[in-house]
Amino acid sequence: MMKGIKKWRLFSLLTALMVILSGCGEKHLSTLNPAGQVGRDQLDLMLLSTGIMVLVIIVVLIVYVLAIVKFRRSKVGEDVIPKQVEGSHKLELIWTVVPIILLLILAVPTVVKTFDFADVSGMETVNEEGNKTAVTVNVEANLYWWEFEYPDLGIVTSQELVVPTQEKVYFNLIAADVKHSFWIPAAGGKMDTNVDNLNQFYLTFDDASDGLEEGVFYGKCAELCGPSHALMDFKVKSLDRDDFDAWVVKMQDSGAEQAVEGDVAQQGQDIFNKSCITCHAVSGAGTAGSVGPNLATFGDRNRVAGFMDHTEEDIKKWISNPKEYKPGNLMPQPEAINNGKKFTDQELTALTEYLMGLSVED
Amino acid sequence: MSSIAQKKGFGATLWDYLTTVDHKKIAILYLITGGLFFVIGGIEAMVIRIQLAQPDSDFVSAGLFNQMITMHGTTMIFLAAMPLLLGFMNAVMPLQIGARDVAFPFLNSLGFWLFFFGGIFLNLSWFMGGAPDAGWTSYASLALASPGHGIDFYTLGLLISGFGTLIGGINFLVTIINMRAPGMTYMRMPLFTWTTFVASALILFAFPPLTVGMVFMMVDRMFDGNFFDHTMGGNTIIWEHLFWIFGHPEVYILILPAFGIFSEIFATFSRKRLFGYSAMVFATVLIGFLGFMVWAHHMFTVGLGPTANAIFSVATMAIAVPTGVKIFNWLLTIWGGSIKFTVAMIYAVAFIPTFTAGGVTGIMLASAPLDYQLHDSYFVVAHFHYVIVGGVVLGLLAGLHYYWPLMFNTMLSEALGKWTFWLFFIGFHLTFFIQHFLGLLGMPRRVFTFGANQGWDLYNLISSIGAIGMALGVAVLVVNIIRTIVKNEKVGRDPWGDGRTLEWAVPQPVPFYNFKQTPLVRGLDTFWIEKQEGNKEGMTYAEPVGDIHMPNNSFIPVVISFGLFVAAFGALYNGEQPWAVPVLILGLVITFGAMIVRSLKDDHGYHVHKEDLMDEKGGKH
Repeated sequence: MMKGIKKWRLFSLLTALMVILSGCGEKHLSTLNPAGQVGRDQLDLMLLSTGIMVLVIIVVLIVYVLAIVKFRRSKVGEDVIPKQVEGSHKLELIWTVVPIILLLILAVPTVVKTFDFADVSGMETVNEEGNKTAVTVNVEANLYWWEFEYPDLGIVTSQELVVPTQEKVYFNLIAADVKHSFWIPAAGGKMDTNVDNLNQFYLTFDDASDGLEEGVFYGKCAELCGPSHALMDFKVKSLDRDDFDAWVVKMQDSGAEQAVEGDVAQQGQDIFNKSCITCHAVSGAGTAGSVGPNLATFGDRNRVAGFMDHTEEDIKKWISNPKEYKPGNLMPQPEAINNGKKFTDQELTALTEYLMGLSVED
Repeated sequence: MSSIAQKKGFGATLWDYLTTVDHKKIAILYLITGGLFFVIGGIEAMVIRIQLAQPDSDFVSAGLFNQMITMHGTTMIFLAAMPLLLGFMNAVMPLQIGARDVAFPFLNSLGFWLFFFGGIFLNLSWFMGGAPDAGWTSYASLALASPGHGIDFYTLGLLISGFGTLIGGINFLVTIINMRAPGMTYMRMPLFTWTTFVASALILFAFPPLTVGMVFMMVDRMFDGNFFDHTMGGNTIIWEHLFWIFGHPEVYILILPAFGIFSEIFATFSRKRLFGYSAMVFATVLIGFLGFMVWAHHMFTVGLGPTANAIFSVATMAIAVPTGVKIFNWLLTIWGGSIKFTVAMIYAVAFIPTFTAGGVTGIMLASAPLDYQLHDSYFVVAHFHYVIVGGVVLGLLAGLHYYWPLMFNTMLSEALGKWTFWLFFIGFHLTFFIQHFLGLLGMPRRVFTFGANQGWDLYNLISSIGAIGMALGVAVLVVNIIRTIVKNEKVGRDPWGDGRTLEWAVPQPVPFYNFKQTPLVRGLDTFWIEKQEGNKEGMTYAEPVGDIHMPNNSFIPVVISFGLFVAAFGALYNGEQPWAVPVLILGLVITFGAMIVRSLKDDHGYHVHKEDLMDEKGGKH
């Protein structure tokens, strides 16, 4: 009977805890609202460990509160000399063994999951035609921007990662300059992008992200990488497999001459081809390693420079003074690429018009 | 002697402190300098919290913010927490084992001055082109890319002050091994002495890897060495290993002495022997040992592979066992006791739930797959502040109140102390509890700003409001200290009435030679035993009054340290300024010259004669 009551208490406690935890946070950003199996497993571990830990805290608190209430000097008397107890082997044994058991309960799933999450063997699986079945993304972290190359599909994009749902998406991670760390909190834990070596892991996404508030998951750089570390955000779009495949085809085709609509945009393209194209590619077909972010999907994006609003006004602000908005970033000031002059308002409008037209989505 | 000391003018007092080799005065130097750096680090913390109080704030620039977080961490760990603990070790440990002084008084002074000049050098970076900005961990790829001289100040400053700490650690080890009073076996040593012993051993083994890392970094930055440059065959991960092989034991170097202080306080103010003394000693040693086996848990996301991650996960969890043993032994110490809630005891009592909270989040972080989510998020920030503020800083504040009468023969105001406690304690939980959730909600650490509407705005504001409470608490403490010094009301020997260990048996003010006769230790809590047996004199002594051999004061430690300070500027501006190399040589000449003088000049110290000792009462009792 007593045991039943205790169990019930623990259960209600865990339920309460889960309600509190799951009630928290934005769906596109919070580790408490996992978007896929990896994140879910990690949340389960979190709940398990939190449960065990809350249990420990409760035990400590009960002894603690009783002790400081019962044995205050005003209660036991001013001149009382307490019995000088040396210790108790039995108690020492209990509070050594019980924690060990509790830790084992946590250690087993920890070890299992550690190996699970490191298993990237599925990366190499091929179908009958010899094509890789899984999507692999080569992530290259650069000072304050992210490049995403799909080596098996021959496409490359930046700042906004696009992934298929309902399958493991594999990542090869590396940094181009200093160490960064690749983190999509809603999808699962982070992994560092080292300068020295390639790291590999995988994430999964259950549903297409268009149901989210802004239609994207938030990604973050989690390792201090310089002044604009805080601004090194990226976004993740998850698409159902069919949509993803369609997107891939469009990306592969974006290499063909894109129709530029209107005179203003045409002028923008001219300026772009004169000043910007050295660093920025506008074709999604290609490989990694460009100096600046690939802009093939610029018009489809959720942010400018990773963190500014995707509006014409902010694009102009960004182009005319990148150093101010993202301290320490490597994009040249306009004077350096436009014969020593700032861009005029008219030129900015043209560039903006052109950039906003760069799109592979409908 | 002591009455003459009190009548000295300011200049003479200053000279006295510059040249002192007395562990009690060096303790005061550590306390003043460490306290000063604590305030500086606190101001840096306030700047951080002001900046993060609102989204998209521009209170400080991104670059300056990174300097703030770097210097906040570095200052608090290396220049505040550790020196303050070394201060308490100096003040208490030799008395606690009934020694005249530490084993090498001259080195003790040298250790302090190296720390002092290293700390000053590091902080001068603020005025000389910018502070280090790669985080207190200074990961190699970022540190090598960092422009300006910030990182050079970091490596050189920490090298100099690190030597000081290493010297201090070795000194304490030798002291505890060799200079215990007759009868004080290892298993009769008070817990603070035990924790000092283990922490010193950790310093001995942990600082060399840091020194190696710092030298590599210095060579890389100044002479284009390639230890960490991966394009030239170097490897940045090696820095991470070197740093954390030092960095994790460092956590225990800080927390173990705090555990020691709390152990003394629990026993004293419960009027009860420490419960499970031998288990406590064993747990301390075990924590010290395991502390070296777990460094890679700071690197779970680096990509060490699942085998390494699993091993380090389990090893890290194992540390929870001895730590839990300690928590329960403290609880059982106050259980059945007679608890007096002095300010020191209030801190100790508040420490238990706070530190337990920090400990359990540590277990969560120990689980590698879970750590992938929590690592480098605000959850980690919350965790280590719970451990370091909730453990170390509460320990320092408790120790300050508890040992103040021993060090200064006066007592800090209990009323103001309680104000400090409540402001600081509530402020602390307000600041850091919510940060766990910020981390879970996806906020990375070390961000100089954050965009609005990511669900973080309110929590950050609450956190910043809490920080004000902590700042106010420290302000009240400063007032308390000044008031106590001005009032200068002497309290005499064993002011708490329930002192148990040897340090409370020494007369007040403490004579410069400590115990006139070396005491005889008859058990654990030896002073308590004597009091319980009605010993009027307070102690049993192991020897008749005799001549006491004392070391002479010396200015040489200041000169040696100052030489390195000068040389560091030369090294810093090497290749940039024409005067750099001459200054470097000048500094080294000063240092080595002073060392040669020290080596060649015989200094035999002096004797305090038996007759003088007989005349002198050496305190109120």
